[in-house]
Amino acid sequence: MSTSLSNTSTVRAGRWVYGASVALLCAWVLVPIYLLLVNTLSSPAAVSGFPKSFVPEFDTASLEFFAGFSGMVSALINSIYVAAITMVLSIVIGAPAGYALSRFDFKGKELFRLLILLTRAFPLPLLALPLTVMFIQVGLDDTIFGLALVHTTLAIPFAVLITFSLFSGIPVELEEASWTLGCTRLTGFRYVVLPLILPGITASAIFAFVISWNEVFAAAVLTIENRTLTAFLLQNLDTSPLHLKFAGGFILVVPALVFIFAVRKYLFAMWGIANR
Amino acid sequence: MAEILIKNVAKKFETYQALSDINLTISDREFMVLLGASGCGKTTLLRIIAGLETATSGEVWIGGKRIDHLPPKDRGIAMVFQNYAVFPHMTVFENIGFGLRMQKQPEAVVQERVKRTASLMHIEQLLGRYSGELSGGQRQRVAVARALAMEPDVILMDEPLSNLDALLRLEMRAELKGVLAESETTAIYVTHDQVEAMSLADRISVMNRGEIVQAATPMEVYRNPAAEFVAGFIGNPPMNFVVADRAENHQWRVAGEHYSGPKSDEDQIHFAIRPEDVVIAETGLDARVRLVEPLGAHLHVTCDVGGRMFRAVLDSGLEVKAGDHLKLQPQLDRIRWFDKNTTKALEV
Repeated sequence: MSTSLSNTSTVRAGRWVYGASVALLCAWVLVPIYLLLVNTLSSPAAVSGFPKSFVPEFDTASLEFFAGFSGMVSALINSIYVAAITMVLSIVIGAPAGYALSRFDFKGKELFRLLILLTRAFPLPLLALPLTVMFIQVGLDDTIFGLALVHTTLAIPFAVLITFSLFSGIPVELEEASWTLGCTRLTGFRYVVLPLILPGITASAIFAFVISWNEVFAAAVLTIENRTLTAFLLQNLDTSPLHLKFAGGFILVVPALVFIFAVRKYLFAMWGIANR
Repeated sequence: MAEILIKNVAKKFETYQALSDINLTISDREFMVLLGASGCGKTTLLRIIAGLETATSGEVWIGGKRIDHLPPKDRGIAMVFQNYAVFPHMTVFENIGFGLRMQKQPEAVVQERVKRTASLMHIEQLLGRYSGELSGGQRQRVAVARALAMEPDVILMDEPLSNLDALLRLEMRAELKGVLAESETTAIYVTHDQVEAMSLADRISVMNRGEIVQAATPMEVYRNPAAEFVAGFIGNPPMNFVVADRAENHQWRVAGEHYSGPKSDEDQIHFAIRPEDVVIAETGLDARVRLVEPLGAHLHVTCDVGGRMFRAVLDSGLEVKAGDHLKLQPQLDRIRWFDKNTTKALEV
């Protein structure tokens, strides 16, 4: 009797801690985003005034200002171009590597997996200066393609790891069955593997897109005329009034959030959590 | 004609010798079962024939053509996998027709053959479903139908029934035998289940440690095992072995009794008899009963004969209990002899 009582109270306490942790984690992410939203949709007076309101005024003046801001649209287009090139390159290069990691045994496979992650170990500021010098030498400085190359380098490790986990999730027997049914390695991939991993590949592509979209340091260092949105906003918001900083931040955060939300299932899969 | 010839095939994984010098001929339309415990190399051999694995050395011939350098698709084979390998993004119809479409068969042929093999496997009503909507047994049927629809020279099956529950396995076993006999295809079937092997095979190849120990008809393998391994692997309970000491004139002394046996120079050999080939009599092997298991139709009696465990399957009407002393008389024409060192069968 007493044990069952203490058990229920332990379970109840456990649930409480669990619920509280979840709420705390959610708040940690959601509160800043909510405040960003409130301030974006408030008039300049409300943003710099006190006390703060926690309900937005639905004043779109700040956003409208950005829509008409010169250079804004071309920066947005640059961002999309760079992100799109990054997306294509990182899948074209990353997916075959992921396939090889999942299907073939080769010498140094474990080391190779480690090295993929190691590319993220060097801070970008360390690489940016030599890269800039090199890009100037070959004429890639201040170009969309040059910046996309740097972003691809940043996105490839994730593309490789996500596709590796996708390919590993497809039983090798399915491929073997296709070979015994008249397929070559290539047509087997085309008719059996590709249709099965296409949603995951799409997700991994979107993730690469977001990495490029969010990247600011390389973009700021490597471009002058052809700024991407992040670099453009960084340059201009620094000297802007507070309400415009909020609105600029909002413009940057929302697309990334939407994309990540769309592909969350596959990102979980990458970290080894079952994606059912 | 699809005779299969396997010549001196060997396979080495790094340092592990999975197969050593396999030689086997499988005649056209024969149902050959590769039987052995896990790790004996039976699946590796099947995969080498399929082209999913390359042999380290040796040759594979199908229908008079050497095929070990060809990719799987050009070998005239179809394969049924242990975990079915039904494509999850295709309907049952598309699965069965996949191979035919890869061969660029006219659509009319695809339609006709898919429908025919589906009705053969009793899955016509499932043609529009996806594999996720099928039970394990139904998936297995799709996998077999997909292989049969190719009308291959050779059909290869890798433990196709091992993932099914016991009742379904019995049902599918009987059905497979009928369907394959009708299709007139040469079949190679890998299993670790001796009952499956006995009931399906025209011939069984018993494998152990990367070698074929014996390749013969089921009854031959059962009655005249070529080595102690085969005798111990096939039959439930397996064959009994008792140490036999040399007496004079090819006579051997076994647990207090003399039997005439082979002309061997050894001082000791092994006497062997199947559990069901002994009866209780006035004279025979000295046996002390350790355990009695009444199984309804029979009595499984575990005894001690010549210091070794000996199992007898006796009539269930007998009154036998643990501790009894029995005389077990073997049926003389069923006695087999094995060399103690080489474990090979000895001719009488």
